[in-house]
Amino acid sequence: MSQRQVLQVFEQYQKARTQFVQMVAELATRPQNIETLQNAGVMSLLRPLLLDVVPTIQQTAALALGRLANYNDELAEAVVKGDILPQLVYSLAEQNRFYKKAAAFVLRAVGKHSPQLAQAIIDCGALDTLVICLEDFDPGVKEAAAWALGYIARHNAELSQAVVDAGAVPLLVLCIQEPEIALRRIAASALSDISKHSPELAQTVVDAGATAHLAQMILNPDAKLKRQILSALSQIAKHSIDLAEMVVEAEIFPVVLTCLKDKDEYVKKNASTLIREIAKHTPELSQLIVNAGGVAAVIDCIGSCKGNIRLPGIMMLGYVAAHSANLAMVVIISKGVPQLSVCLSEEPEDHIKAAGAWALGQIGKHTPEHARAVAVTNTLPVLLSLYMSTESSEDLQVKSKKAIKSILQKCTYLPALEPFLYDAPPNILKHVIGQFSKVLFPWIFRDTSAEGGQLSTTY
Amino acid sequence: MGKNGTRRAEAMATLARLQARSTILEHQYYFRNSVVDVFRKKENDAAVKIQSWFRGCQVRAYIRYLHRVAIIIQKWWRSYLGRQHYQLIVKLAYYTMKMNLYNAMAVRIQKRWRGYKVRKYCFNYYYLKEYLRAVSEANDAIREALDEFADMQEREEKKATLEREEKKRDYQARKMHYLLSTKQIPGIYNSPFRKDPDPWELRLQKAKPLTRQRPRVTQEHSVSLSDWLACRSARSFPQSEVLPPIDRKQCQGPFRDITEVLEQRYRPLEPTLRVAEPINELKEAREEFRRQEWMRNVNDKMFLPFSSYHKNKKYIPSMHSSSKYGPDSYGCQHFRDENPKKWICDKDFQTVLPSFDLFSKYGKSYSKAGQIV
Repeated sequence: MSQRQVLQVFEQYQKARTQFVQMVAELATRPQNIETLQNAGVMSLLRPLLLDVVPTIQQTAALALGRLANYNDELAEAVVKGDILPQLVYSLAEQNRFYKKAAAFVLRAVGKHSPQLAQAIIDCGALDTLVICLEDFDPGVKEAAAWALGYIARHNAELSQAVVDAGAVPLLVLCIQEPEIALRRIAASALSDISKHSPELAQTVVDAGATAHLAQMILNPDAKLKRQILSALSQIAKHSIDLAEMVVEAEIFPVVLTCLKDKDEYVKKNASTLIREIAKHTPELSQLIVNAGGVAAVIDCIGSCKGNIRLPGIMMLGYVAAHSANLAMVVIISKGVPQLSVCLSEEPEDHIKAAGAWALGQIGKHTPEHARAVAVTNTLPVLLSLYMSTESSEDLQVKSKKAIKSILQKCTYLPALEPFLYDAPPNILKHVIGQFSKVLFPWIFRDTSAEGGQLSTTY
Repeated sequence: MGKNGTRRAEAMATLARLQARSTILEHQYYFRNSVVDVFRKKENDAAVKIQSWFRGCQVRAYIRYLHRVAIIIQKWWRSYLGRQHYQLIVKLAYYTMKMNLYNAMAVRIQKRWRGYKVRKYCFNYYYLKEYLRAVSEANDAIREALDEFADMQEREEKKATLEREEKKRDYQARKMHYLLSTKQIPGIYNSPFRKDPDPWELRLQKAKPLTRQRPRVTQEHSVSLSDWLACRSARSFPQSEVLPPIDRKQCQGPFRDITEVLEQRYRPLEPTLRVAEPINELKEAREEFRRQEWMRNVNDKMFLPFSSYHKNKKYIPSMHSSSKYGPDSYGCQHFRDENPKKWICDKDFQTVLPSFDLFSKYGKSYSKAGQIV
């Protein structure tokens, strides 16, 4: 009888612990409760529960800790200061998959706030265990580990380098090939975060053979996966010409152009970012994109979206046109200039207008033909008004002034220059008058020329 | 001293005479001089005038002469200078004419050469035009292809939503199967006041009634028969984690012993041989064997027997059964025709050799027939 009573006491205690931990985990999902929980000292109560005998209590306690640390960085710092991390790391190696998932969640929640916290995670040796988790059979564990690694590598180049040194990249490339969509998404996002900091890191990712797999998965119908893949490829391609060429060699064109027609806005944005990063390096790469019909696709994409989604597309047109006069002519014949002038007039944000003005300047600056094509669409008065208006930001004013100057210096289309005579400020007016003189002088001298019908050569 | 004195007296007399006349003399002298003077002046003036005129003419003539001579000298000198100058001018003009000719010829050559060079090596205008045309064609093609792709995606999405709706409606019809109208009682969708029944009525007629959904148990990959009975579903006998205490008092009443009941309840299944083996057991055994062999192989390529080593000739079909339009369908398609569209499923018939249960009841039946006493 007394034995039964003793056992009952233990049962009650276990029930109480389970209930407490489950309630805390549930309360931690709502942000308004977390302040109260923090003031009630939940951290110090949860810490011994991590070492509990019953596995479910351990897992739920880890889950609750993760949710708390996820909320803000003070709690994350409290987790670090409370020496919870070494215990988590130690038990990550041994426990079952639910615990591994919860522990990896805690590490991710702590590491996402700031570089110092991520450094603290690395200091307690979590990287090796996380990499071991990446080799686990359960896809949920792999996903949690990859997510944690991605958040750690996001902050700066040293942390990324530490993640790469722990040998995470080949395993992430293997994770990308797994059948589960969520795991692929997270692995792609982690690779994108690793390769965005420096060319050496991007080179490491490419050496692990990631580009071929990433390029194959562009055809996948899932929108969020496509977002991450395109973002990863653009982070790789942005650093140098060799990396961009390697991305192109993975045969992304013309498949990437279908992503420009996707329904999801961010897929379109990331696809145009990728094309921009490739186009900006050399004229040959721009030529490749042009030959694959990329310019038309990007122009259509610009026409179909609004706001910040358009920005990479506009910049891509500017980069392509900047390389050479032929490429600028290609942009003109693909009907890019009317689209850019529409962007310039209807976008409310200043930085997008500045990008549009810059792109138009790059198109029109090469020869009188180009300047004429830009002037015919009546964009010059719009640019002038942007330059003159006091509400435009300084960046917008500088860019529109440069654009006007470069277009005007080549423009010989007089009907477009005439409005400038009336309302341009003096520093622009002098260019306008210079252009008028260039156009009209030969006319004058044709009628009053010397006897031999020759033009005086010095005027 | 007489002579002197006379003379002196004469002189004194003359002097006195002269003195007496002197005043008149003075006047007369003065008047005569003055008249003469006037004439003299007049005549002098006249003479001067004549002389000056004449001298003037003389000098003028002389000057004219000098002018003539100077003009001749200057003329000659200037013509000499002019001829020199003219020669210089001619030389210069000739020189400029030659230079202009050379320049014009050089301009022609340079014009041709520069045009050729730019067109051939730097910038081929026709090539650029052609390239731009090709690029715009490629752009149009890409735009068309992308539009088609977007259309296709939309169509697929629409189809998927329609299918989902259809499935939902089907499921609902299956759930509401009891609302079907019978001969006696018209259902709600088959009201007698309507001309023809509601489409839901037809759907309900076509639908199969829904069986109650059993909660799906997530099983491991190989489910063998023997652990079928150890089911953990809630409807079976509940199993608590805590074992019941050992010395619990027996419940009052005609209840059987709990251990016996549990033993009987949880007795493991003893299936017959025929049931215990899967129907394609032979095939699975072969696969297992093949897998074991493959595990043990060092190299995947099998050794080929040497007897077939020389048999590497390509098979040449006979002329009667082959034609240049492909293989003849005389033997295969016309004698035994296959129509894949009529097939119910894509798997072929399996050869199944079930086991027989001759010995399954051995030692398990109640009768003692055949037992050795």
